[in-house]
Amino acid sequence: MTLNTEQVEPGVDTQGMTIAARTQRQLVTRRFFRHKGALFGLALFALVFILAFSSIGFGPIPGWWDKSWTGTGTVLDRGRPTLSLLPEFLGGTGIHLGEHPFGQDNLGKDYFALTMRGAQISIIVALAIGLVSTVVGTVIGALAGYFRGWAESVLMRFTDVMITIPVIVIGAVVGRMAGNLGPYFLALMLGIITWTSVARLVRGQFLSLREKEFVEAARAVGTSANRIIFKHILPNTLGVIIVSATLAVSSGILLETALSFLGFGVKLPDTSLGQLIETYRSAMVTRPWLFWWPGIFIIAIALSVNFIGDGLRDAFDPRQNRVRN
Amino acid sequence: MLAFIARRLAISCLVLLAATFIMFVLVALSGDPLADLREQSTPQAQAQMAARTAAMRLDVPVPVRYLGWLGDLLHGNLGVDKSGNPVSAQLAQATAATLQLVIVATLLGAFIGVTIGIISALRQYSSFDHGITFAAFVCFSLPVFWVATMLKQYVAIEFNDWLRDPVIPTWVILAAAVFAGLVWASIYNGGRRGKLIAFGIGLVVTAVILYALSASRWFADPGLGFPFVLVVSLAAAAGVAVLVSGWENLQPMYAALAAAGVGALLYYPLQQVLSDANMLSILGLGLLTIVVSWVLGHMLGGLLRRQAIPVAIFSGLLTGGLIFFDRLLQAWGGYVTSVRGRPVATIGSETPNYTGDFWNVSLDASMHLLLPTLALILIGLAGHSRYSRASMLEVMNHDYVRTARAKGLPERTVIIKHAFRNGMIPITTILALDFAGVFSGAVVTEHVFGWRGLGEMFNKALKAVDPMPIMGFFLVAGAAIVIWNMIADIAYAYLDPRIRLS
Repeated sequence: MTLNTEQVEPGVDTQGMTIAARTQRQLVTRRFFRHKGALFGLALFALVFILAFSSIGFGPIPGWWDKSWTGTGTVLDRGRPTLSLLPEFLGGTGIHLGEHPFGQDNLGKDYFALTMRGAQISIIVALAIGLVSTVVGTVIGALAGYFRGWAESVLMRFTDVMITIPVIVIGAVVGRMAGNLGPYFLALMLGIITWTSVARLVRGQFLSLREKEFVEAARAVGTSANRIIFKHILPNTLGVIIVSATLAVSSGILLETALSFLGFGVKLPDTSLGQLIETYRSAMVTRPWLFWWPGIFIIAIALSVNFIGDGLRDAFDPRQNRVRN
Repeated sequence: MLAFIARRLAISCLVLLAATFIMFVLVALSGDPLADLREQSTPQAQAQMAARTAAMRLDVPVPVRYLGWLGDLLHGNLGVDKSGNPVSAQLAQATAATLQLVIVATLLGAFIGVTIGIISALRQYSSFDHGITFAAFVCFSLPVFWVATMLKQYVAIEFNDWLRDPVIPTWVILAAAVFAGLVWASIYNGGRRGKLIAFGIGLVVTAVILYALSASRWFADPGLGFPFVLVVSLAAAAGVAVLVSGWENLQPMYAALAAAGVGALLYYPLQQVLSDANMLSILGLGLLTIVVSWVLGHMLGGLLRRQAIPVAIFSGLLTGGLIFFDRLLQAWGGYVTSVRGRPVATIGSETPNYTGDFWNVSLDASMHLLLPTLALILIGLAGHSRYSRASMLEVMNHDYVRTARAKGLPERTVIIKHAFRNGMIPITTILALDFAGVFSGAVVTEHVFGWRGLGEMFNKALKAVDPMPIMGFFLVAGAAIVIWNMIADIAYAYLDPRIRLS
């Protein structure tokens, strides 16, 4: 959902010589693709995403990696990683993956497959948290901002109450409840409790937009509230919503991994990056790689999503970015 | 103002009340509190289950149980946990432990973060700014539990091993020196020649310091000594005075130098006093420092008293802090032997059964605080530096800053007097909210470091589906959030008169 804007319209004038009328969307797309950090984030996210889902496959679709994340085997070379990135002329053993690129755990499970499975689940959970919290937050914020009156006071008081409970605390309680029902249900529940900041943002936007002339005009010709909200106001708040959705995804992955680490998130036999770290924490001294890989993947995912969010914010609101002095 | 506070307080209490209800219901529904007994096949299990059902009132509906908890709360009773221990005693102990953990981390993180943010705003689009921006993004994406475990492995264990033979390898000295040189060069605002000079000075100074520390085996028996305390405190006093009131008005500088000088000269006489110190005498010395510095500032400040007094107090306290730190390090040798050469601790808040004088105990506590504090600072740094950078940039763009420049004020005055003061207004509110958020940060950090604070209390109770300790934890955390939110609002209105309360 965050990647909608990446679909470029071909034929956009890239020379900048002729003056061509550009739609809002074309402007945003252009600005986004000029943002180096955003491109870096997009590339990194695509890399991690494709690696995680193509390597061990997903569901019935098989992947190109020949080992499964559940199968055990004999432990080779104390489970050391065989991945090598140093070419031979630099004193390394050449660039190759080897039998177990990320090593093996003490049962001989292939850690590359395990990490990929963890990354899949963590990515899905993070995206789902972002999607659910954005939808819920947008609906609540839109209703409160557009209808004002008692709807606003009830909804915003409710938001105030929810904000009082720290996210990790309510997340842990909800995770304790939902963790046994599988990662997808957990993601849904975590999304349902993390909508508060989106709701406040959207309400603020609605409050100012509903007083604008074009809404007044729409109302004057008898447009229904439904149509005003969805066709007139919502498209104008899209920038804010998309940016906060991105941030929700990146905080979602950190929330899920932290909860799984505490034991209130994804539970065995399912696995996630945080759960892997918790499982192999005690093996830190003897098999540090079991600890390294999931952490690196968490950082890669969160970092790439943060960069994409930064690029989107600059693209939607270039005023923040102007050069001074 | 009072009416505003009263109304805010009333609303906050209602909000907190509603939040406790939601928490109570969620916790009660989060699992089966009898799970551990159901798995047992002993004949007593049935009786134990009945006893616990009665004690926890599991046979009545959840809202009724909530009302019971609320009624007890109004009588000042926080209830008992699953095994019958009163929650209030645990809560007091855990709150003290958590506050100890988070106060230093929050203050230090805020100070360092705001400083970095301001520098990167003043050097917008420099390589320093880009580097900090990237580092902040990385910090935003760091899972705190991962960083904390890494710190345990690579800072604590490896550092303790290294302490047996504390010689810094040459390549580390070189790398650190080059890095320091690059940082200074990127901060320096000037032509290529100036940048080169800054790079050279940064490189040489860092290399010499590290080499001297390594060659004299300073880490085996660290200490500061009188010359260091004197020079650093005078330099810091002069630096702060220049920042605040510039080179043109020297009275604040005299006051600061006097405060720092008097403090540093008391180094030797103080050793006797400090040798049998306790918490109370340290606090007394601190107060005395403030009073003496105030008097010095008042006497030497002249017409600029309002600037001189705070500067003098800051310098005096800084000098006192250095002397305190120096005395703390004097206990190092004995402490290291008593913990068998592994001073950086990874678990808990104190060495079990460790006894010693004030300094040994303080050092023990500090070494236990070191790693969790580092982890929390690292996580908090990113937010503070980004916010203060954004806020500072916003302010620097205002017309009154251009006016200040146009009328010929020196750049220092423009930045410190006009931009900094206004730029810090939003930061104040963020800091207040930050203090409220620390309790949630503690949940993860305490789990990694085995810190018996509020977070760990919450974790354990939630694993056992034990609502009373969780509600105790939430009362403290929720009240902190509500109160600090209010303080943030009031502070904002006080600092920015355009905001009207009521």
